[in-house]
Amino acid sequence: MTANSVEIRGLDLAFGAVEVLKDLNLEIPEGEFLVLLGASGCGKSTLLNCIAGLLDITGGQIFIKDQNVTWAEPSQRGIGMVFQSYALYPQMTVKGNLSFGLKNARFAKAEIEERVARAAEILQIQPLLDRKPAALSGGQRQRVAIGRALVRDVDVFLFDEPLSNLDAKLRADLRVEIKRLHQKLRNTMIYVTHDQIEAMTLADRIAIMRSGAIQQLGSPDEIYNRPRTKYVAEFIGSPAMNFIDGVVAERGFAAGDTTIPLDGYGWADGPKQGPAWLGIRPEHVATGELAQGKPFRQEITVELFEPMGADTLVWTTLAGQPFHFNLDGQHKVATGDRMTIGFDSARGSLFGKDTELRL
Amino acid sequence: MTLSTAIAGADAVASRLKGPQGPKPRKRFSRRNIFIYGTLIVVALYYALPLYVMIVTSLKGMPEIRLGNIFAPPVEITFEPWVKAWSEACTGLNCEGLSRGFWNSVRITVPSVFLSIAIASVNGYALANWKFKGAEAFFTILIFGAFIPYQVMLYPIVIILREIGLYGTLWGLVLVHSIFGMPILTLLFRNYFTSLPEELFKAARVDGARFWGIYFRIMLPMSLPIFVVAMIIQVTGIWNDFLFGVVYTKPDTYPMTVQLNNIVNSVQGVKEYNVNMAATILTGLVPLTIYFVSGKLFVRGIAAGAVKG
Repeated sequence: MTANSVEIRGLDLAFGAVEVLKDLNLEIPEGEFLVLLGASGCGKSTLLNCIAGLLDITGGQIFIKDQNVTWAEPSQRGIGMVFQSYALYPQMTVKGNLSFGLKNARFAKAEIEERVARAAEILQIQPLLDRKPAALSGGQRQRVAIGRALVRDVDVFLFDEPLSNLDAKLRADLRVEIKRLHQKLRNTMIYVTHDQIEAMTLADRIAIMRSGAIQQLGSPDEIYNRPRTKYVAEFIGSPAMNFIDGVVAERGFAAGDTTIPLDGYGWADGPKQGPAWLGIRPEHVATGELAQGKPFRQEITVELFEPMGADTLVWTTLAGQPFHFNLDGQHKVATGDRMTIGFDSARGSLFGKDTELRL
Repeated sequence: MTLSTAIAGADAVASRLKGPQGPKPRKRFSRRNIFIYGTLIVVALYYALPLYVMIVTSLKGMPEIRLGNIFAPPVEITFEPWVKAWSEACTGLNCEGLSRGFWNSVRITVPSVFLSIAIASVNGYALANWKFKGAEAFFTILIFGAFIPYQVMLYPIVIILREIGLYGTLWGLVLVHSIFGMPILTLLFRNYFTSLPEELFKAARVDGARFWGIYFRIMLPMSLPIFVVAMIIQVTGIWNDFLFGVVYTKPDTYPMTVQLNNIVNSVQGVKEYNVNMAATILTGLVPLTIYFVSGKLFVRGIAAGAVKG
């Protein structure tokens, strides 16, 4: 018996001729916070709906707590779900919303009262119990929606972009609250989002999805530092990673007249040669004195700069290609300034031109 | 444009800005207003006039009507034609007035409305939320049914009703009305339920509610306006129906409309215009009342879906 809370084997889903999910495999250990991250239409919400049992899958199997739930009703799977639009029943009070699932499961009245009270206490919504959803703010509504999963004492929480409808400030607050809730309950949580900050801050592991398949599954650290594909590298990080078009040769990475040494690069599968992209994150570029210690240095001209407060994003040309990097926001720059930048390609990522996979 | 003309133009604007300010005064009797309100008043009169003539005539005695001045208000107001229309007017050998037809119509309308709405709302709910296999095909066929002329189906239905032993009974007509209300009502309900957020339905499923639980506990309480719309459509439609009433019932189960026709079109004796007018108003009273009472809800239901609840 495995200790997996959720296990997905060879999941296929097609709407008519359109394949949405293709032979998807995923194992989620007990108590893990897994984030499904991807752009719109990548199938992440669809996958969540499949786990919840709201969509009938075309092929494959789903196990929750080692039970084959592939054809079980959503309510029989031991899952609770929180939706983007909150999906509170408008005609019921908060209390009614929280107890609806328990009433359907024919719990005793006293038990319902007790569970609702406990959930309300955890989520700090006791004063709202007699209100209708229309009289709640966005944050309160989302808390009630979480409470609806909480009262049912489920094994797995499914979150479908729960914070997308909230404003930035509230989103940050509730993000922390969800993280705290996870630390307290230690339930398995599967969380769908397109927001990489949410993904990085909340996740134990992130699964990056693209057109119905998982591109990379790993810890936030792995995803950030060792992206497995060019797509993952592009998707994670803001401002986006630089990609220098060139060729991996014996002496290093050659782009035009420039050669960038690749000493210390952690090859995925032994050193290789051939056309490739070298990905360098803007925040890994050093300037001024700090650049002196870097294996690769170059003097550049500031072409454009975008001050963002804490940082300033500087645009320039490197090896004949557009390149951008972060500069401390307090550092004053002007268009036309010359400065020396440097970076260590050991912190970068190489992607083969043909496969777009990490070299 | 030269510089000097530009400056002159700017000066002109500046001098005008110094003048009296505030919104442009509006003339109440502008040509525009006279035209708009004139047209509206003429059209309103045009539509109100028949009703006026009906009411006025129904309150006159026959001698006064014979004078021929149909627009004149009654010299002597009498309610006798109303009483006669309701309880004494004759159709054939029967002289009970419209009252019998009224009660027949009530007995037809109430179960028909209830039955058709109950079935169609569940149909619409199933089609909108439980996408079962063949749902699209089923829906297409159902909607197609709305476009087949009734006349084509008249005779086959006579045979069907005869075979199941309901021909000529009130329940036969109830069945016919319920079936014929199905396409439009199902469409109405399906579209309304589709407009409700899908996540609510999903949440209810996760919460363990089943088909009927979701219908009664989640969908129904959110759908009052559309039920009112359906009710209005059905009550007026069934109450005003003449064709099915005359084909599928017998004289003692005739609905009010058929009986009205028999009173008004009777060829024996004198034409009692005042009684006919009173009878017609009486027949139209039920749909009218429904409109007045639920007009607001009706508009709300029609507009529902246009704005997010």
